[in-house]
Amino acid sequence: MKNKAILGFAGLAVLAGCATYVAPTKEESMQAVKSSFKERGPAKLDRLNQTEIQAVCSDAQMMGKEVPKAEREALEKKTLATIKYPADGKYLGDFKSGEKIAQTGRGLQWSDKEGSENGGNCYACHQISPQEISFGNIGPSLKGYGKLRGYNEATLKYTWGKIWNTHAYNLCSQMPRYGDAGILTEAQIKDVMALLLDPNSPVNK
Amino acid sequence: MSRQTWATTVAGIILSVASVSSHAQGSAAEGIARYREMLQDGNPAELTVARGEELWKTKRGPKNVSLEQCDLGLGAGVVKGAYAQMPRYFADADQVMDFESRVVWCMVNLQGMDRAAITKSPYSGTGQRQTDVEALAAFAVEMSRGMPVSIPQSHPKEKASFDRGRQAFYMRGGPFDFSCATCHGVNSQRIRLQDLPNISGNKQDADRAFTTWPAYRVSQGALRTMQWRLYDCFRQQRFPELIFLSPTSVDLITFLGVNANGAKMDAPAIKR
Repeated sequence: MKNKAILGFAGLAVLAGCATYVAPTKEESMQAVKSSFKERGPAKLDRLNQTEIQAVCSDAQMMGKEVPKAEREALEKKTLATIKYPADGKYLGDFKSGEKIAQTGRGLQWSDKEGSENGGNCYACHQISPQEISFGNIGPSLKGYGKLRGYNEATLKYTWGKIWNTHAYNLCSQMPRYGDAGILTEAQIKDVMALLLDPNSPVNK
Repeated sequence: MSRQTWATTVAGIILSVASVSSHAQGSAAEGIARYREMLQDGNPAELTVARGEELWKTKRGPKNVSLEQCDLGLGAGVVKGAYAQMPRYFADADQVMDFESRVVWCMVNLQGMDRAAITKSPYSGTGQRQTDVEALAAFAVEMSRGMPVSIPQSHPKEKASFDRGRQAFYMRGGPFDFSCATCHGVNSQRIRLQDLPNISGNKQDADRAFTTWPAYRVSQGALRTMQWRLYDCFRQQRFPELIFLSPTSVDLITFLGVNANGAKMDAPAIKR
């Protein structure tokens, strides 16, 4: 009899549970995500493990909030310390090759061949050389980049860092980490740097 | 017109539009808008709709029955308006299902077909015939044309599907750090010249994103479903391959659908 009463209470509790909806936790949502993908080509399942910055920025955007200033600055500082500058101290490669890298969007999709060379796909989001009219607007225009900012050491170093890991300067920037995530090689980044900062590049004409 | 002839005609239109555009990006965008307008005159998806209707009504599978006893949420056999109210919770399967999940469930449970065989290659390849699921989706969505999107949120599992979908929408990951929201969370954004709908923050964009799929994709000469749309977005997002009918695929469709509630279905649409 006593047991039946307890079962009765448990039943009521289940009913009450239905009435008060409890949203899934982030962990539960992430478990669902992890069961929903399979690896293919270069795209392995470890891509679903978020980095600290990916997680912090995802949550902030979902809630429509800024990352708190102290946390943001600490993460930016930590990221800045990880940037690898060119070993030979030379920042600029070939701007013509840089233009090709900026035009190409290939690489790192499951449909791409493993180990093939990646593009930067810069035009997807930025205006760069004035003759290319098919450019996106997710990032700012880079037309006249070097001419406007000057061809000095500070600009070279900042731009290299920005391409290597944008999160060092703007924590939740939508730009990929071209150096840090191994999207472009050091030589390719030099070429893209030249596209932006060689005075002879069409960008600065 | 055959698929090939159609593609050639459209390619011709693109070329002529490109040749009249000046160097100004504004006129290029106008050209694209004109091209899109010209596409609306005829939609090859009609052929797929017709085949889907036939598939729905034909006795098939080991049990030799039609799908006319399949319950899409509005009662057995009711197709009219059903697509506009999915994903929804189905008690017999004890889960939330989008149209594609549900029709596969019916093919397996009513017609006795093999689930693994149906889901092995869910999207038709270049020059291939549309898959049965694609054809059935085309038919079902046509039967909801003009009807208001009304994705239910009364069952706790429907609410949970929306909430997980929202989390997945904002989840940044992979080597490019992209989430759905990277491209679809701000107004008036473009990749190259392609306009991107702001699905989380702009009602009009959210409406269009949900109500115009499935769609005939001119560049691929094929009808594509909502499951395909998400699968191909994740490819470009540099995520691993989204599994057909997986929990996250359904959760995201719930998220997109609820955000479009009240809008009128307008699919199969035709897109570039």
